[in-house]
Amino acid sequence: MRFANANRIRLVLAGAVLTVAVGCHKKPQPPILPPMPATPAGPAVVPTVTIQANPTAIQRGQSTLLSWNSEHAVSLELNGRRVNLTGSQQVAPQASTDYTALARDTNGATATASVRVTVTEPPAPVTPQPTSEDLGQSFDTNVKDVFFDYDQSGLRADGEAALRQDADFLKAHPDLAIVIEGHCDERGSAEYNIALGDRRANAVRDYLVRLGVDGSRVKTVSYGKEKPFCAESNEECWQQNRRAHLARVQ
Amino acid sequence: MNRHLPAPPPSFRVSAVPHWRRVLAAACLLLLAVPLLPAQANISIRSSKKLRLALPEFALTSPDPAAAGLERTFHDVLHNDLEQSGLVAMVSPSTYPLETPANPAALDQAKVAGWANAPTLAERLAFGNLRVNGSTLQVEGYLYDVTQPSAAFLLGKRYSDQPSDAAARVMAHEFADAIIEKLGGGPGIANSHIVFISNRSGSKEVWSMDYDGANQHQITTLASIAYSPRLSPDGSKLAFVSYASGTPQIKIYDLLGRHYLSFPEFKGTNITPAWSPDGRKLAFASSMSGDMELYVIDVNGGTPRRLTYVKGNDLAPVWNPKTGAQIAFVSDRTGSPQIYVMDADGTNQQRLTNGGYAVSPSWSPNGQLLAFSWRRTGGGENSGEFDIYFMELASRDAEQLTHNGLRNDYPSWAPDGRHVVFQSGSPSRPQLFTVTADGSNPTRLTNTAANEMPNWSFH
Repeated sequence: MRFANANRIRLVLAGAVLTVAVGCHKKPQPPILPPMPATPAGPAVVPTVTIQANPTAIQRGQSTLLSWNSEHAVSLELNGRRVNLTGSQQVAPQASTDYTALARDTNGATATASVRVTVTEPPAPVTPQPTSEDLGQSFDTNVKDVFFDYDQSGLRADGEAALRQDADFLKAHPDLAIVIEGHCDERGSAEYNIALGDRRANAVRDYLVRLGVDGSRVKTVSYGKEKPFCAESNEECWQQNRRAHLARVQ
Repeated sequence: MNRHLPAPPPSFRVSAVPHWRRVLAAACLLLLAVPLLPAQANISIRSSKKLRLALPEFALTSPDPAAAGLERTFHDVLHNDLEQSGLVAMVSPSTYPLETPANPAALDQAKVAGWANAPTLAERLAFGNLRVNGSTLQVEGYLYDVTQPSAAFLLGKRYSDQPSDAAARVMAHEFADAIIEKLGGGPGIANSHIVFISNRSGSKEVWSMDYDGANQHQITTLASIAYSPRLSPDGSKLAFVSYASGTPQIKIYDLLGRHYLSFPEFKGTNITPAWSPDGRKLAFASSMSGDMELYVIDVNGGTPRRLTYVKGNDLAPVWNPKTGAQIAFVSDRTGSPQIYVMDADGTNQQRLTNGGYAVSPSWSPNGQLLAFSWRRTGGGENSGEFDIYFMELASRDAEQLTHNGLRNDYPSWAPDGRHVVFQSGSPSRPQLFTVTADGSNPTRLTNTAANEMPNWSFH
């Protein structure tokens, strides 16, 4: 019952978020065209417009300042959007973009000016020195534990795959020291399980060293069945507990 | 049997038990779980006929009001000790004569007949008196053979101490041991004690108790994980395993001075210490070389000498307490853990169990039997439960002690060679039990939290 209620609450919340999102979405505004001007008397004056971007080339994520100027115009559109006759605007296009200013005078005569802002891909970001918290999160995300069969300390294929990923991470973070904890399920005899967990931890260390991880960064400790990850007496839990857990030395 | 055990040496093939009967007995053992193998004549752990012993209340010979309470303690403890000995059958008090002798002078021929005849049918009579005299508790105890008309004097003891429950308990233990020894049971165990691991303080620490479960008290306070406590032969020191420094290391605690003795730490995992019978050396298992092997080291430190060189886990050594010339141990060099024996210098290694999962050997005081925990293969490697077995070294015949369907592990022999303490129950909450080696008198010693890895003192 409690689960059913919780699910319904989650659904209601999701619906609310959806509604808000739809409500926030702006409908496209039809361009507002000025009324047709009356035919002017006197000599015809042609509108002019200029537009600049400074700088004209940016990296993605950066912005540039568009500025424009017009004379003898009564309205000005920038890429279809009505703007002031003279003005400026910061833009941060995601890709290279042409900005076109269209000036009109009272007679409907127009003038256009364009500027192209070239957007380039930023260079690979310089990795900032990760904070301890970032590293811990990254370690937890990337470094996988290794699981074993009953009363065995030999690596399975899934364990070797996990360790290849672990080794890559450890080699990319050469300052990191780890401790490999050997664990066992509850079924074996406690003293023997200490020995078995020791061999599991050593098997994992040896494999990491073979993959190029400096063995001096890797400590081992066996807890046998003293620190289980779960406490149920079924195979699912036992499998969880037959593991080598890789932990960061703080 | 022969499917699982090595064939007996040729000299035993001509034993009174024909080969087919051994096989049949083994089949019964495995399939029907009969209480005990019937015809295993080679293992002499079953008691012969038990003497019938009567133990009336001790006479109060002082008016001190404290005397009655102390007599109650003394008599209860003495009765339990004698019953637990496995050596005598306690005669039911409901059949006792109305009059109880306070001293030998009161035991005339007519009285003797009253104890010896039906319905009492006692063969031995233990009796005596107790008084509180100011600040002194005095107890006189006697043991007579009442199968002869005039009764034969066997034993007379006098004890005095402060009038406390604890003192009455010690007196009862000492008198019980004196009776057991007089009746041919060898040194008694009433004053022996048992160390074990308990988590009742919140972490796994070494605890100690009297053999009957009384006086349970905490020894270590390291707030870490303690394992495998082993008392030195003279009872003055305790070796055990502790995670206090981060990895499993062996520690030695001086029980008299209540401080830790210096003992070296080694790389890797260091577990399962075992005292040599002379108390000068420790055998232990260590993965300092990368593989878990057995070593022996002077108790005062020094360089460990390596005993085993086979790939695989070698652990849980135990010295032959009688000779010190052999060490039994556990090895998984061929797969699942098995019991092995070797000479104390590491030579002449032989496997004793042949299959299943066998761990936790304990060597009987007379050097003839190993007790260990064995999960035998029946319906696959994971089937079956851990039960306590005995194996006679000479014949390699094995006999099953426990049949409770629970997980039983860590047997440890009592100094009398007639009792075993072991842990039984779920892995998360095992409790400690003693039992006589013939399977009788199972007694639960602990109730609180998880209690495991008992080790019985040498004396």
